[in-house]
Amino acid sequence: MMRRLWLPGHSSVLPPSRRGMLGAAAILAAVAISALAPEHGAGRASPEPAALRLAAPDLVELQAGHFRHRAAGEFLRDGRPVAAPLVTAETKTLAVMKHQVMAVDYQRCVEAHACPVADDDGAIPDLPMVKVSWRDAQAYASWLSRLTGERFRLPTDEEWAYAAAGRFEDDALPENARDDSQRRLAIYDRQARRQEMLDPAPRPVGSFGVNENGLLDVAGNVWEWTDTCYTRNALDARGDIVAATVNCGIRVVEGRHRTYMSDFIRDARAGGCAIGTPPRNLGFRLVRDDGAWDARHRLFAWVRLFGLRIE
Amino acid sequence: MIAKTAIRAAVALGLAAPALAQALELPRQKIELVAPPFVHPHAQATKEGPKIVEFRLTAEEKEIVIDDAGTKLRAMTFNGSIPAPMMVVHEGDYVEVTLVNPATNSMPHNIDFHAATGASGGGDLTLVNPGEQVVLRWKATRTGVFVYHCIPGGVGPMVPWHIASGMSGTVMVLPRDGLKDRNGRPLRYDRVYYLGEQDLYVPHDAKGKFKSYDTHVDAFADTMDLMRKLVPTHVVFNGRVGALTGRNAMPAKVGETVLIVHSQADRDSRPHLVGGHGDYVWESGKFSNPPETDLETWFIRGGSAGAALYTFLQPGVYAYVNHNMVEAFELGATAHFRVEGTWSDDLMTRIRAPEPSTAKASLR
Repeated sequence: MMRRLWLPGHSSVLPPSRRGMLGAAAILAAVAISALAPEHGAGRASPEPAALRLAAPDLVELQAGHFRHRAAGEFLRDGRPVAAPLVTAETKTLAVMKHQVMAVDYQRCVEAHACPVADDDGAIPDLPMVKVSWRDAQAYASWLSRLTGERFRLPTDEEWAYAAAGRFEDDALPENARDDSQRRLAIYDRQARRQEMLDPAPRPVGSFGVNENGLLDVAGNVWEWTDTCYTRNALDARGDIVAATVNCGIRVVEGRHRTYMSDFIRDARAGGCAIGTPPRNLGFRLVRDDGAWDARHRLFAWVRLFGLRIE
Repeated sequence: MIAKTAIRAAVALGLAAPALAQALELPRQKIELVAPPFVHPHAQATKEGPKIVEFRLTAEEKEIVIDDAGTKLRAMTFNGSIPAPMMVVHEGDYVEVTLVNPATNSMPHNIDFHAATGASGGGDLTLVNPGEQVVLRWKATRTGVFVYHCIPGGVGPMVPWHIASGMSGTVMVLPRDGLKDRNGRPLRYDRVYYLGEQDLYVPHDAKGKFKSYDTHVDAFADTMDLMRKLVPTHVVFNGRVGALTGRNAMPAKVGETVLIVHSQADRDSRPHLVGGHGDYVWESGKFSNPPETDLETWFIRGGSAGAALYTFLQPGVYAYVNHNMVEAFELGATAHFRVEGTWSDDLMTRIRAPEPSTAKASLR
């Protein structure tokens, strides 16, 4: 059953669970996927050239804490869409990049043959790196981890919300018990309100200000990838998850609003029919993982040892 | 030389028109045009006799933004909008158009009405230089929705450029007793929306970035080179990507009948209402032909306008697309109707929500 969680890009089905620690399934899947993320250049035995060594990224350290959080994913009760539940989320101490990864940083990773070449070769070095997919961000995290000897990864949706603090958008979707079409209209109207002109051109660090945790440009015009997989959850009358579908080919993207994006997408352009207001830009910032590093390595080694196949 | 002749002819007609109109001794009606997707108030059927209906069009050369990325187009328009406003008259009426070319413009402009007869639809009689104006009158002898567009021949190879920069609109000539189905029963609409679909060609630099130009003349050579390849960079409704979505989605209510007029002066299109239908469709746009019924997708020939009548039966957001979905999703040809009302479970119900597939057992 476990290996079915590790199918990146495909839906995986979790067994029904009465207890259903909310999001536990998604987090488990995300951990597994991260451990198996494409390691560009991983096979290169030679150490990174000294010239490419970076100064340690500027990090903001956050204390452990718990907070009320609007869960990510889609939720159904009795087959009808309902607002995502508010849950109590806990985070351990967290070291978060103060600003988003810059184009110049990403370019170093490309030059080290550790990151895919960006679509936009005209990126301005001193501006946030945009037009990056989740896969690109994963490659960058792997490279930075090797370079620094510390474990960097994308934050989970909960970690991102914790770090974003007051800038997190609680996008509880409206409900209509009788007529789902009214809910769809309400969602459409909210998306339409968000279409107010937001200049898509990336701006210098700090242009969108600092939040109460000291993070720069949270919820500006660059949305950020998280490591959290898309889930569809069926709730019982008590609000517990009774069945969940996890699709790790789609990740949660956070910013002015939360959205869900296929992991290979670099430019979330406007869709047509049912697609909502897209993020103006896709970028990312990483967290330093102080706790799970050993566990992840063990998992990774274990996977290799037993030769579990990634399908 | 041809241009000068045309201008002289236009000036001559401009002077002569008022006298001729008085000679007709018909009542006059002056219409204030409104910007699409809306259409000026009009009677769907009339018992009155023919009139002279006056309209005023002003050529406007200007730079507009055509997508959310801020891409700029050196646009040419009538009355500032793409498409140009719709004019509605009844069969037998006379259309009297004053075409103004302000001195601030850089080029001559004129107008070809597909609904009119002779002289290149009026194009030969209406070429006006910056700082001039002309008055043309023509008789509406055929019913339907018809394209009109700028056709400045004789002053350089500029016809396709003017059209692809936005200079086209629509005239609707209604039967005096209104629209009818194939059995002659009257058809009426509660709202009319007017969509102009336009392929746009914005040159880009060596790195693929869209270019902008200081003047229209500066944009000419690059734009023509791109147009000759026949691959538009944008295909849009009403002048820009998203012009009719979100806050600008076209409102309607369940039970309302909406007439959708769709014009395309350049390229073929294949409109489709996602989640809806064409109850009555005049695909070629001419009301003397019986409308087809219950269509899923219809066809708009480049250089024509078509009309579809639909009564909304469910609330929700309906995408109205060019069903070449590459054009709809990648190039911009998507509009939305936002329809309020009560859902009919009889027409559609989700019996079971998405849930883990029962197929999993067989995978073990």
